[in-house]
Amino acid sequence: MNPFRLFTNSFTSRNSSAPQARERLQILLAHERALVGRSDLVAILREEILKVIAKHVAVDPDKVRVKMGKTDRLSTLEVDLEIRAPSSNVTALAS
Amino acid sequence: MSQVLVVTSGKGGVGKTTSTAALGAALAQEGQSVAVVDFDVGLRNLDLVLGAERRVVYDLINVIQGQANLNQALIRDKRVETLYLLPASQTRDKDALTDEGVARVIAELRERFDWVICDSPAGIERGAFLAMRHADLAVIVTNPEVSSVRDSDRIIGMLDSKTEKAERGQWMDKYLLITRYDHARAQRGDMLKTEDVLEILSIPLLGIIPESQDVLRASNVGSPVTINNPNSLPAKAYAEAARRLRGEALDITIPREKRNLLGMLFGRRAA
Repeated sequence: MNPFRLFTNSFTSRNSSAPQARERLQILLAHERALVGRSDLVAILREEILKVIAKHVAVDPDKVRVKMGKTDRLSTLEVDLEIRAPSSNVTALAS
Repeated sequence: MSQVLVVTSGKGGVGKTTSTAALGAALAQEGQSVAVVDFDVGLRNLDLVLGAERRVVYDLINVIQGQANLNQALIRDKRVETLYLLPASQTRDKDALTDEGVARVIAELRERFDWVICDSPAGIERGAFLAMRHADLAVIVTNPEVSSVRDSDRIIGMLDSKTEKAERGQWMDKYLLITRYDHARAQRGDMLKTEDVLEILSIPLLGIIPESQDVLRASNVGSPVTINNPNSLPAKAYAEAARRLRGEALDITIPREKRNLLGMLFGRRAA
């Protein structure tokens, strides 16, 4: 072992990776704990939201992402979906 | 009063089997009667770690299916006479484990032993579920590393919802056993510290087992580290963890080798 490396490692925390590990875990587990026990909730929400939106616009069921998140103060529900290009309208405008 | 303890982790390779053998042996060395039960059907290893691999005749599945009784299947340790092993089957499928069968075997073991220690397979499937199902308390084996901590969190959630105790609305006692801990690396900031893991998982600490050659040496020769080298750091840490399981309030110290200045510079142990 290089004796100089010993000192740089001991006295500078700039290169240490443990704090990153800790932070990543805290964020990840907060999300996962919110979902545990209700793992079907996201699936149910996804289906029902999709149904409502599909009544009015064409959506690709494979391109819908529903995500639940949680911070200290609030929970969030994130819905991310792609709406298909209304091809009939596009051709109508072009002609 | 007998206690059923599950040693679990979610992640594989963190030291469940080693810890089951060492804690079981440590409790037996204190005069407690102990049965260690291998739930890893198809991939049994507790027999090997205990050096009993050539003495297996009947196994857990045989007992569950009525092809053998407990007396025929239990293997008595040759070194510590109050320690017994109930091996898993190597050839059968884990589907051969039934809920009722496991319940019956655990109830029977409860009658005969002070401690029944169930060595859980990795994962969160049937084997792991049945290993924890009838437990009174759980030891969660965790390495100070992100994937192990995450999986432990998942297992804690399972212990709080899927066990008989949890379903009865009772509190499941859970203790954290940190294994493969490297004090020097944690000090340098390259490994999660004990406090970090404790804060994230928020369950009480049972012990810290240092990364050590003695653990590998013990499994090489088929002897739990508390028997093979009782004065080694991991053996002492396991022995203290076993005493804490029995209710003793011992301070937990971070086990480390004492090194002198030259030893530090050259990475060698001082005498």
